Amino acid sequence: MKRIRIDEKYCMGCRLCEVHCIVQHSKTKNILKTYMGEYPKPAPRILVEEKGYITFALQCRHCEDAPCLDACMTGAMYRDKETGAVLCNEDKCVGCWMCIMVCPFGVISRSSDKKIASKCDLCMGEDIPVCVKNCPNEALKYEDSKD
Amino acid sequence: MKTLKTEYLIIGNSAAGVACIEGIRKVDKTGSIAVISDENIFNYSRPLISYFLAGKVKKRAMPFRDKKFYSRNNVKLVLGNTAEKLDTKKRIAYLSHGEKVVFNKLLIATGGSPIIPEIKGSRLDGVFAFTKFGDAVAIKDYIKKHYIKHAVVIGGGLIGLKAVEALIELGIKVSIVELADRILSTTFDTKASGIIQDALRKAGCNIFTKNTVAEILSKGEDKKVTSVTLKTRKQVPADLVITAIGVSPNIQLVKNTSISINRGILVDEAMQTNVKDIYAAGDVCEKNIPIWPNAFKQGRIAGENMASGNAEYTGSIAMNSVELCGIPTISIGKTSLEQDKYEILEMRKKEESIYKKIVLENNHIVGCIFVGDIERAGIYTGLIINRVDISNIKDKLLEEDFGVLALPEKYRKHLVGDVGLEV
Repeated sequence: MKRIRIDEKYCMGCRLCEVHCIVQHSKTKNILKTYMGEYPKPAPRILVEEKGYITFALQCRHCEDAPCLDACMTGAMYRDKETGAVLCNEDKCVGCWMCIMVCPFGVISRSSDKKIASKCDLCMGEDIPVCVKNCPNEALKYEDSKD
Repeated sequence: MKTLKTEYLIIGNSAAGVACIEGIRKVDKTGSIAVISDENIFNYSRPLISYFLAGKVKKRAMPFRDKKFYSRNNVKLVLGNTAEKLDTKKRIAYLSHGEKVVFNKLLIATGGSPIIPEIKGSRLDGVFAFTKFGDAVAIKDYIKKHYIKHAVVIGGGLIGLKAVEALIELGIKVSIVELADRILSTTFDTKASGIIQDALRKAGCNIFTKNTVAEILSKGEDKKVTSVTLKTRKQVPADLVITAIGVSPNIQLVKNTSISINRGILVDEAMQTNVKDIYAAGDVCEKNIPIWPNAFKQGRIAGENMASGNAEYTGSIAMNSVELCGIPTISIGKTSLEQDKYEILEMRKKEESIYKKIVLENNHIVGCIFVGDIERAGIYTGLIINRVDISNIKDKLLEEDFGVLALPEKYRKHLVGDVGLEV
């Protein structure tokens, strides 16, 4: 199973991953239209944490033992059989925020319209997640995980 | 008498029951599984009934597992049938329709039943409990057939308030009657309760605290509820009454068997009762905190162990997430303790209805409240569950950009160890 690997020492904090994540999850997938024409403005599903010179980008870890899967009362949160990714069926989610309550990484957030949970979907359909593809310094890598 | 033979029998088809199927199948792909449910719907999520009542979720969106889930896992689903008697020696469950089920391993996940207050008039038409899909359907029907202008909700806990929210959505004027000095008194402190109370009042609700309903009344010979009388003798109009004062474990089935019970069924860390091969999970258990994630986790652990796995339930802390009047809230662990041994960190933005509180005991977080801003609340849950010493990050806990980066290095490494994060 492929996972995104984060290498803090190479992260420059440029936040390009956030930008590309927003565009990828926008309606138009066009960077100009995303920023100027979409309301509510889509939120990134990756988060750059920063303190002085230490920065890293963090997104859903698609945990093997994912607490959000146990906590989801609607069945919206599920594990994709093929990729093993933890995904949120946005039609089923009602925004009870149980997943936000239990995620130890704090990587599930409310969507920009505050109605459903928003999280990394490993850019399903793409060969490589856009955050990895567009990271200029290989601080994010897409690699086979141990399991 | 029809007889069904099964390796695994699961009584109850909500969170714990369904999780048990998944737990069993993790270990045993083929052993036969039968599930008994007293309801006539193949699967639905109980917490969604308030969304259904409000019209936000349609009936077809109620299931948390699809229909194929049962066939895919090779489960025989018996609906609309109740397990009435249990022979723990011969391992037989007798069903209300006359069948008997012979099993090898059993999970009792019968959940809880609403406690109906013993008030004069509690059997009148228009008085409902609010825990099952059937309750929501009945309330919906009643609202459709009668002109409902006022409703009274007895109990200002989570279930009561979710009912309140649905009724507001339907344009009904709601009065809440709560025994304690504030709503959500078991999970919130006074400040958090106050914020939600203000929002509910703004939405048009009456809130009566330190009060109870003394009598539910109808007019003349009519069986329809029209008002309630409070302990303080105040008369409150009510075309509809919802009682939500709590649930008690459904232990009818195991009474007079060799299974140990107190208020609920007693289980060990493997979720096994004192009788070998008989397990229990969810709201039917003793000292369980009746929330979805707990029931689900217990069910899964029971399932794995029934299939000779080796999973352990290490207990859980009280936690809940609920959005009321558009204000998201999360409460975790011990939240309203004012004694000296606890240190309290607080943050309040009054104009935005934002309130955060962290309760510390010996430099460990033991409880949190988040109102209005719940982003990244799970990080704190992790710190509580893993009993992380936060002495070095105490001043950072309530900072705007508090996140994984601020966590103690050892814990951060533990957290990200196997999941490909080098921080």
